[in-house]
Amino acid sequence: MAAAVIALPLAGAAFLLFFGKRMSKASAYIASGAIALSFLSGLILFFRMLGEPGEERSFVMKVYDWVNVGGIHGNGELLLDPLSIVMVLVVTGVGTLIHVYSIGYMEGDPRYSRFFAYLNLFCAAMLILVLADNLLLLFVGWEGVGLCSYLLIGFWFEREVAAGAAKKAFIVNRIGDFSFLLGIFLIADEIGSLSVTEINAGAATMGTTLATVGALLLFGGATGKSAQIPLYVWLPDAMEGPTPVSALIHAATMVTAGVYVVVRFSPLFVAGGTTALTVVAWIGALTALWAALMAAFEYDIKRVLAYSTISQLGYMFIASGVAGYSIGIFHLVTHAFFKALLFLGAGAVMHALAGETDMRKMGGLRRAMPVVGLTFAAGWLAISGIFPFAGFWSKDAILAVAWEQGEYALWALGLLTAALTAFYMSRMYFRVFEGDLEVPEGIHVHDAPRTMAVALVSLGALSVVGGFFNLPGVLTLEHFLAPVLGEPEVPHGVIAWALAGAALVVAFAGIFVARALYLQPEGDARRERLEKTAPWFVGAARSKFYVDEFYGRAIVAPGKAFAGFCADIFDKRVLDGLVNGVAWVVNGVSSKGRHVQTGYVRNYAVIFLLGVVVIASFMFLRVGV
Amino acid sequence: MPVAYFLVLSALLFSIGVYGVLARQHAVLVLLSVELMLNAANINLVAFSAMLGEAGVPGQVFALFVIAVAAAEVGVGLAIVILIYRNRRSVDIDEMSLMKW
Amino acid sequence: MGLNTPEIELLGIAPEIALVVGALFILIVDAIIGEGGNKWHLWILSTIALGVSIFLAVQAWGSNELQMGDMIAVDGFAAFVKITLAVFALLTVWLSRSYLHRDGIEESEFYGLLLFAVAGMMLMASAADLIMVFLALETFSLALYVLVGFRRTSLTGQESAMKYFLLGAFSSTFLLLGIAFVYGAIGSTQMYGSSAAGAGAQGIATALVSLPAGEFTLLVIATGLLVVGLGFKVAAVPFHMWTPDAYQGAPSPVTGFMAAATKLAGFAALIRLLDAILFPLRGDWRPLVIGIAVLTMVVGSVLAVVQEDLKRLLAYSSIAHAGFVFTGIIASNDRGVSGSLFYLATYGITVLGAFAVIAVLGGRDERRTTVDDFRGLFYESPLLAGALTLFLLSLAGVPATVGFVGKLVVFGAAVEAGYSWLVVVGVLASAVAAFFYLKVLVVMYMQERQEGAEPATSGYGGLATGVIGLAALATVALGLYWSPLIDFAERATFFFSAGG
Repeated sequence: MAAAVIALPLAGAAFLLFFGKRMSKASAYIASGAIALSFLSGLILFFRMLGEPGEERSFVMKVYDWVNVGGIHGNGELLLDPLSIVMVLVVTGVGTLIHVYSIGYMEGDPRYSRFFAYLNLFCAAMLILVLADNLLLLFVGWEGVGLCSYLLIGFWFEREVAAGAAKKAFIVNRIGDFSFLLGIFLIADEIGSLSVTEINAGAATMGTTLATVGALLLFGGATGKSAQIPLYVWLPDAMEGPTPVSALIHAATMVTAGVYVVVRFSPLFVAGGTTALTVVAWIGALTALWAALMAAFEYDIKRVLAYSTISQLGYMFIASGVAGYSIGIFHLVTHAFFKALLFLGAGAVMHALAGETDMRKMGGLRRAMPVVGLTFAAGWLAISGIFPFAGFWSKDAILAVAWEQGEYALWALGLLTAALTAFYMSRMYFRVFEGDLEVPEGIHVHDAPRTMAVALVSLGALSVVGGFFNLPGVLTLEHFLAPVLGEPEVPHGVIAWALAGAALVVAFAGIFVARALYLQPEGDARRERLEKTAPWFVGAARSKFYVDEFYGRAIVAPGKAFAGFCADIFDKRVLDGLVNGVAWVVNGVSSKGRHVQTGYVRNYAVIFLLGVVVIASFMFLRVGV
Repeated sequence: MPVAYFLVLSALLFSIGVYGVLARQHAVLVLLSVELMLNAANINLVAFSAMLGEAGVPGQVFALFVIAVAAAEVGVGLAIVILIYRNRRSVDIDEMSLMKW
Repeated sequence: MGLNTPEIELLGIAPEIALVVGALFILIVDAIIGEGGNKWHLWILSTIALGVSIFLAVQAWGSNELQMGDMIAVDGFAAFVKITLAVFALLTVWLSRSYLHRDGIEESEFYGLLLFAVAGMMLMASAADLIMVFLALETFSLALYVLVGFRRTSLTGQESAMKYFLLGAFSSTFLLLGIAFVYGAIGSTQMYGSSAAGAGAQGIATALVSLPAGEFTLLVIATGLLVVGLGFKVAAVPFHMWTPDAYQGAPSPVTGFMAAATKLAGFAALIRLLDAILFPLRGDWRPLVIGIAVLTMVVGSVLAVVQEDLKRLLAYSSIAHAGFVFTGIIASNDRGVSGSLFYLATYGITVLGAFAVIAVLGGRDERRTTVDDFRGLFYESPLLAGALTLFLLSLAGVPATVGFVGKLVVFGAAVEAGYSWLVVVGVLASAVAAFFYLKVLVVMYMQERQEGAEPATSGYGGLATGVIGLAALATVALGLYWSPLIDFAERATFFFSAGG
């Protein structure tokens, strides 16, 4: 069954890659069917698991005896436990909705079936990643999602920006992967096993320093995939891909792979004492704030959402860093709902406005496209952390855990970010959907087509009620995850209420500021005055704080120079020369050597005899006759 | 007689056979030379067998086996020679070099 | 002089008996039915005989004894080799049916000889006496001489038969001389000591234990000669000269069979002799075999680079592959033995598949076997091109094909035994080898088909397609999921031992 979860989308992808061309429209339904069935299998597994008592909900199943040579055991073993099943449900559930959405969104694209093949392939790789009980297999999934991400960002590769963005994403991720791979090697060497369960069981024996190094190396990989400082730069550019891709890969699922890995290997992080976890939490908090700042000054609707994704991923790392693993996963789930929704809503807007992404050219769209406007509002309130929307519960829980752990600085950073989040999201919502109707010239605005609307409404509903999955005392995700991740320590009593209240207050504050600056008629004047107080800051934020430029000068340019040297001088002259030279020599020897084979049988006999004589003499010498 | 005599005889016979294989162009003569070599090995077997006395029966039996194998070999060999003769009207092995290099 | 009638137990050689009986039956049936007709009974009967033979070989799995007056070892090693040989033969029979039928030379003798050859090869695998080795070797060699020249009207066919025969006869005299020396050295030709007490209880294995160290002179020289005689059959350099000519001139199914089965049979005897019986003398034979292995890998790979004929190219590649198997033998540990067996079994399947493609594409009388004839093949028959691609990639040792796994295990065994430098040589040789396999691929995919060229496939049976399909499937499936066969090979590394 667990294998079927992976196999279904994989089969769909293989089928479409081979035969997709002949069945343009049907391919969308095949792909959606495959992922929907996979979701169904996941649900069945989930309910079957609920039937078991808490301690017996982890299974390791051997599907496939893969590499078993010389003490290296790389078996195809799948780990099915509460954590992986939650991930499976998110990936397949959100994945299904986005497949359905894409049926309408991608209509008319010349590579229609190819798109769905990639989507299916991505889902399969992501499922391998979350279900693998073996680091090798996990890495296969890890690289698989990276590859699909590359293919999908650059899906419209005719556009130079898209191709460049794909390349950037791939290369930046490769840096993280390098760290990840080093981590795998270190762990495999120390623990002597590649199995996730065995690594977690043996983490305590590793020694503090080694465990810290191993954990941080894995986290290095996570910063790449999950777009954290310092490797976040690829994600905003990745918005060049089709919007469903941004929703599925660059918001809901793939970018959470890093969070998943940190949570999955939490015993390893714990084994290293506090150092590794502290690093995780602080990187998360700083990233959250940093990205929120940039989001507040961005005008491209998709890029705002990209920065907000980075920021929200930061929250998940804060949660993991303060040992609130299940809270981190909770936020991962709710975020998957509302961020997918926001992206799809943004996609619907772009769809209606012929690809326009600059929010300065939009306004008042709520009346023109009510379904999109309403669902987008749900997403906006959810991410801003307004009660009782999904984001409120998970974000509040993260801040509460940070407080309980005594990490007041982290809590303060989180709170500040929450205010900023509410601000920039409201800014976006007010600009695009409220105020006077404003669209680029010559465009007739239409609401989302049916398939897109289905996905939007479903996700909208989930964004409203998603928080109840972890409603204290009712349906607790925390409790479900506890056998794997342990119960997080949460504050109780007055403090809990006070913290929730604080979060709510800053959220409303953010919204009101945004309203004052963007919705009210005097907003333009106020903004101008505000910007004058610190023009350098505004300029810097608009230029993404010059990080890309800095990377360009400090890393890429010297790298390029070195690569240029390698390619032009070293490779062409030395290596190519060497290779060509070897080929030339081999060819020469071969052309000459073949003439030994004269075709005369007596010559063959002579060579045979020579061999015998040499061997006999050698043997005589050995025995010393 | 010491075994060594027979071994020398065998060695001589074997060498003559080797020479024949290397020097002769006529396929049948090459075949004959191979037979010489086989028989040289046979002499070895029989000589060692005699040296071992009663325990040496197997050696003689094996010599008989080898003679039988040699006969079969000649049978196949001559068949191939005849096949080639029919096509080429010649069995000079130096003319057979269609395939080389 | 006490003459013991040996106890006759037939289980040990039952697979061989089944084949010989089957072969005779085929000859008789064909004589009765006579000329004409579709001759489908030939391949059906051969298939049945081979099936029975496989069944009987499986029955012997797990036994560990000497039979037929200590001439036959019935052990896991022999069983593995016999089963593999019969599988090779099955593929060859099916392929040959298509081939012979198309070329109009389908005769019962072909199948009879093929079965005789397999019987001889099987005996080779379980031979526990050097005379048995010699007889088995002659049995299959004589059959192969005729099979190589089976295209009787073809000048190249005759020529290759003649060359193979002359050199084969020449080489077997050296083997015989070696056996005679062994006999002189220890007064017996048995490999293991006799299980029956009394006279002639001496065997090579027991002699190596009981005799003082100085007495091995003759045995060591004999070892050299044995390696020569058997090295000829597996196409080890410098005894390889017959290989390209014989492979080129022989009918493609026979070539495939020789590359797969002859190599396996020859190596089976070599492995039993060197890695089991003469193991205590490894200090003496190892340098010799290392020299041969290096030469074989390098010469095979380098000389293949400039070949224009695909069959000839694969002949040189088969020489190189013999060298790779030698690295497993040199390791002479359990992994080396099981690795060599695995390598031989998988190489056999792959190379049979490759020659099956050549047999199909070569057309009547094998007119089109040069690399140039395969130009643009992909655009004409993509499936055949795809299959050939697979086989060539596997021969080159590309991951995800079985050839990669095979190289991994034999090289791994050699590293384990401390011969890393030999592995370096092997890897370099494979790198050179990859070059000419890729050359063929480039021709197939990147070049246009010549104007007015004959269609690639003309009249071949579904059986040949089946063989290609099976081989391709095995190449990929075992390349991804190799543990069953490795397990099988590992459990086949137990040789007969008196202790049980």
